[in-house]
Amino acid sequence: MSDNNERRVVSVIVVNEASVLSRITDLFSGRGYNITSLTVAPIPESKYSRLTIVTSGSVRVIEQITKQLHKLIPVLRVYEHEDLVEKEMAMVKFPASENIADISTLCAAYNGKIVNVGENVIIVMVADEPKRIENFLKIIKRYSPKEIVRSGAVALER
Amino acid sequence: MQINGAQMVIEALTLEGVDTVFGYPGGAIMNVYDEIYKQKDFKHILTRHEQAAIHAAEGYSRASGKVGVAMITSGPGFTNAVTGLADAYMDSIPLVVISGQVPMSLIGTDAFQEIDAVGISRSCTKHNYLVTNAADLPRVLKEAFHIASTGRPGPVHVDIPKDVTAEIAEFDYSVELELETYKPHVKGNPRQIKKAMEAISKAKRPLFYLGGGIINANAAYEVRDLVRRTGIPAVETFMARGVLSYDDELLIGMLGMHGSYASNMAMSETDLVIGLGVRFDDRVTGKLSEFAKNAGVIHVDIDPASISKLVNATYPIVGDVKNVVNEMLELTGQVKPENYKSWRETVVNFANLHPLTYHEDSERIKPQWVVERVGKLLGDDANISTDVGQHQMWTGQFYPFTRPRQFMSSGGLGTMGYGFPAAMGVKAASPEKTSINFTGDGSILMNCQELMTAVEKKLPVINIILNNNFLGMVRQWQTLFYDKRHSETDLSVQPDFVKLAEAFGGIGYRVNTKEEFDAALKDAVKKDVVAFIEVIVHRMENVMPMVPAGGSLFNMMLLEKKGDK
Repeated sequence: MSDNNERRVVSVIVVNEASVLSRITDLFSGRGYNITSLTVAPIPESKYSRLTIVTSGSVRVIEQITKQLHKLIPVLRVYEHEDLVEKEMAMVKFPASENIADISTLCAAYNGKIVNVGENVIIVMVADEPKRIENFLKIIKRYSPKEIVRSGAVALER
Repeated sequence: MQINGAQMVIEALTLEGVDTVFGYPGGAIMNVYDEIYKQKDFKHILTRHEQAAIHAAEGYSRASGKVGVAMITSGPGFTNAVTGLADAYMDSIPLVVISGQVPMSLIGTDAFQEIDAVGISRSCTKHNYLVTNAADLPRVLKEAFHIASTGRPGPVHVDIPKDVTAEIAEFDYSVELELETYKPHVKGNPRQIKKAMEAISKAKRPLFYLGGGIINANAAYEVRDLVRRTGIPAVETFMARGVLSYDDELLIGMLGMHGSYASNMAMSETDLVIGLGVRFDDRVTGKLSEFAKNAGVIHVDIDPASISKLVNATYPIVGDVKNVVNEMLELTGQVKPENYKSWRETVVNFANLHPLTYHEDSERIKPQWVVERVGKLLGDDANISTDVGQHQMWTGQFYPFTRPRQFMSSGGLGTMGYGFPAAMGVKAASPEKTSINFTGDGSILMNCQELMTAVEKKLPVINIILNNNFLGMVRQWQTLFYDKRHSETDLSVQPDFVKLAEAFGGIGYRVNTKEEFDAALKDAVKKDVVAFIEVIVHRMENVMPMVPAGGSLFNMMLLEKKGDK
């Protein structure tokens, strides 16, 4: 079996109750699994929340992660995605002195726009596949970004 | 009915059929202890340390098959209990442990005896709860017992703030449990079972690999049937001792780091491993890449996460081992025991080549002799607990176990100090049997305060201290792998164990000869009071054979032939 670390997206449906997030993160830290990103929000009109975890590991590790997650009592379902639509959002703050037209065009190419213009700074958002978000963040370096925030990925099976 | 939280705890325990609770009171749990004072439904055994309360509940559970119950207070009461929780978690022992917590209004303020108990127990329990409303208590307690005892069993911790134990709410224990997210898979996939049985019938050198899960599932007698009907030899893990009787022809012995040569060779030569209720622990497998290298693997376990965790299963079967073995028994027709005749002979040859044994010494008692001797004198009439170390392995190797639930030991966590309190719990669960704890001069000092509990509650455990004036197992590793640098393992400075037992009102014996041992054991069994039998044994005896950590099972250090040195 190959021990190559593979990037994987795992979605977890859990009962929305106290300390459930700690149960998940404790499991990852206790067993030495990686978390690249983790997002969590309640599922509308239900008692459940949905987590999207981006992780990496060998095939065996990923299998263990899904099994160990499933063993947690408040976990209803675990999806280890194969064929999915994945999106992430990022917000970036630039000095207002940068070329706003350039930045705006770039944002549009990455499914984003300027969301706030202030006296000293402008704030933009983009929402795209995580890989493309990375690209975007690389490209905008030349406009001296002051602050960057990424949301972590969310995903749905096709 | 409208009652307070503390009364709910009592009601719930009574309705769950609990007859014995082990515990230690303190500030945050006082409301519950006030109700314990008023009730007559169950007996409370006051240990002298919270860790001992949990181990006693473990011993009670392991011997009886019921859920063990322990009760402790907040802060240090809880942290003292953590080792016990971790121990039960590793060995899949069903417990419900109830702890007091500071009142809700003080949580998070660094109050006196406050600690984030559920934060700590999260990683060493099957599940845990912080109860914030008395109205939740009936459901939580019912869930706790259900979760502890079903699926892969384990400890469940319920933390109850003091004001919640005083709060009055409706108590209705007939509430239906709605555990949408917890549904253990107990029935094995029939097609997989069929395929597995076909593989067995085609195998040339199949081998049963029996684990502690069989005891948890109460499946030992079904497994005995399956082994007998198929004529396939079997090895047991340390935790499975007693699944087969020691005199079963098809039982090769214990496998693993201190398993017998024959067991480990059989595992290395087999072409089909039939794992039942096992988890391929590193102390069992040795070097994974060499473990049963040329074999297919049937793996039956209730815990899907145990399957293909370390060794890939060719035939994974998730289910309760009792259910699955019963299904397998239906399909044994195609399996021809005579096909394995030459394989059985091979195994016997392994056993004859390097039998599990030891060399007697004319000067000093050998520790293995003590274990064998107790086996001869008490055998089936005793339940056997152990602490952790050399004595533990010698017990696993040499005691003639005849039935499941006869043997309790800290297998997964390896907790020194487990044995004595566990043996008290065993005695409470089955008073008709003699409760023996094999221990060492290192282990016994971790929880020797339990002499007081044993005297007060009339739990006449017989502790057999195999005294080699060493922290023996560590000393053995230092001798073998650290060039005899015996760093901090010389325990020559010791208490007078006889006087120690007597100081608490127990009875003590110091034994130098075999005759003295027989006399002491017979006397202790008669006296019906907690006893220390200190046996002065050979100082430098090693547990053999041995697979060095990380080595391959077939590459064992063997007992030196007599005269070798």
